[in-house]
Amino acid sequence: MQHSDIIIVGTGHAGAQTALLLRQRHYAGSILMLGEEADPPYERPPLSKDYLAGEKPLDRILLRPVAFWAEREVDLRLGRRVVVVDPILRQIRTDNGEVYAYETLVWAAGGHARPLSCPGHDLAGIHMIRTRVDVDRLRAELPGTDRVAVIGGGYVGLEAAAILVKAGKQVTVIEAQDRVLAHVAGEPLSRFYEREHRSHGVDLRLGATVSGIVGRDGRATAVKLSDGTEVPADMVVVGIGIVPAVEPLLAAGATGGNGIDVDGLCRTSLAGIHAIGDCAAQVSTYADGTRLRIESVQNAMEQAAIVGRHLTGAEEAVVGVPTFWSNQYDLRLQTVGLSLGHDRTIVRGRPTDRSFSVVYLRRGKVIALDCVNATRDFVQGKNLVATGARIASDQLSDATVPLKELSA
Amino acid sequence: MPILIVVTRDGAEREIEGRVGLSVMENIRDQGFDELQALCGGSCSCATCHVYVDPASAGSVPPTSEDENDLLCGSDARNETSRLSCQIRFSTAMDGLRVTIAPED
Repeated sequence: MQHSDIIIVGTGHAGAQTALLLRQRHYAGSILMLGEEADPPYERPPLSKDYLAGEKPLDRILLRPVAFWAEREVDLRLGRRVVVVDPILRQIRTDNGEVYAYETLVWAAGGHARPLSCPGHDLAGIHMIRTRVDVDRLRAELPGTDRVAVIGGGYVGLEAAAILVKAGKQVTVIEAQDRVLAHVAGEPLSRFYEREHRSHGVDLRLGATVSGIVGRDGRATAVKLSDGTEVPADMVVVGIGIVPAVEPLLAAGATGGNGIDVDGLCRTSLAGIHAIGDCAAQVSTYADGTRLRIESVQNAMEQAAIVGRHLTGAEEAVVGVPTFWSNQYDLRLQTVGLSLGHDRTIVRGRPTDRSFSVVYLRRGKVIALDCVNATRDFVQGKNLVATGARIASDQLSDATVPLKELSA
Repeated sequence: MPILIVVTRDGAEREIEGRVGLSVMENIRDQGFDELQALCGGSCSCATCHVYVDPASAGSVPPTSEDENDLLCGSDARNETSRLSCQIRFSTAMDGLRVTIAPED
């Protein structure tokens, strides 16, 4: 049985950055990195953007060139999923029956695209956007596709809709809530993106619940809504979030539920096991002390840095302000902070100018900003979020006054 | 192939053959330098691919856009030669371009 000082499970941003940082910090032990996908570490965000559009091939979204990992003595083994973790023996087992022993385990396994469960969910022509393989399958079917139904009006669904409508497809977006981005943004932002998508020709159905996928000869032909309406579709794209990959750790006795609970140093309740990235649930000072999973590149990099530093002797955990981004059409959304739990929104600038920000407050403190084509607000708003600034709403809404002058 | 000169944070200098059409960030990343985070992958949404462009070699580098400038303003390490390397598409005219990876914020 192979023994490694550190085993990293997962090859996304979190896992790859952990390995990279350990070597950067002159960690001399053995590192084994296991990936479920067959591809070496690559960036996931372009899958619903440039990669989906065919503007960037795989080699341009690799996190590092393939040879990099061997050069840094990271033993990269792909195409196997860890199914069992034994925290007593400190061993893991993969789905192809391999057993590996570890001293320290870094669980950065991310999650899988949440599948549909309604009747017809297994028909051909239904696609997810989580892996490179998913998107290649989707793209291979695009030439024969005229009508696409996107289920889910979150970031992935909307980004995909923007690319597909630009590619000349007739796109319908089906969202169960009464507005898009309902889980991640305030109403002013939702309404803005709804107008944008509609003006680009997207047929947006809000408050629409899917009751099933209709098919013919094993292939999806329409999405059936609970009010009986059928949305004809040659292709169905499902963007309804992820299911975090936590089962093996929960089965091993780790505390958690929707994510694996970790402390400030990303340690799980099991000795020698850390969890980071999309699947880790950590108490966030930016969410009023709520424990939550954050699905973002910035969070993955941040938690990788915490673990990488911790495993090489640094005790302090530096926590940066959460950031996100989303590109749709010619709109660049940049988010700083977590709007979760806001009790007030202030619009700064005019959405009709297609350059504005939504400022989120909780108990009078600035907790987040969604900035659309407003990079300056994103950069300057970061300090307001970091300090939990209290600023009068009429000042925040006045786009002629730079935010940095308010924080001074 | 045109040459790109990369200076890392410890002052080490290395010449690499630049791939034309890719950004300077991609060129640096693809040559195995590990210091550039390039968190957003080159979509001008963060400032983690910050470099200093040697003014003597900067002649053929296009000017900074407003968005790029705004992002750079958020960096404590910014100076007058600062650029986001994802926003410079490497070309043959840039042969000999010398960039230094800026400190992490």
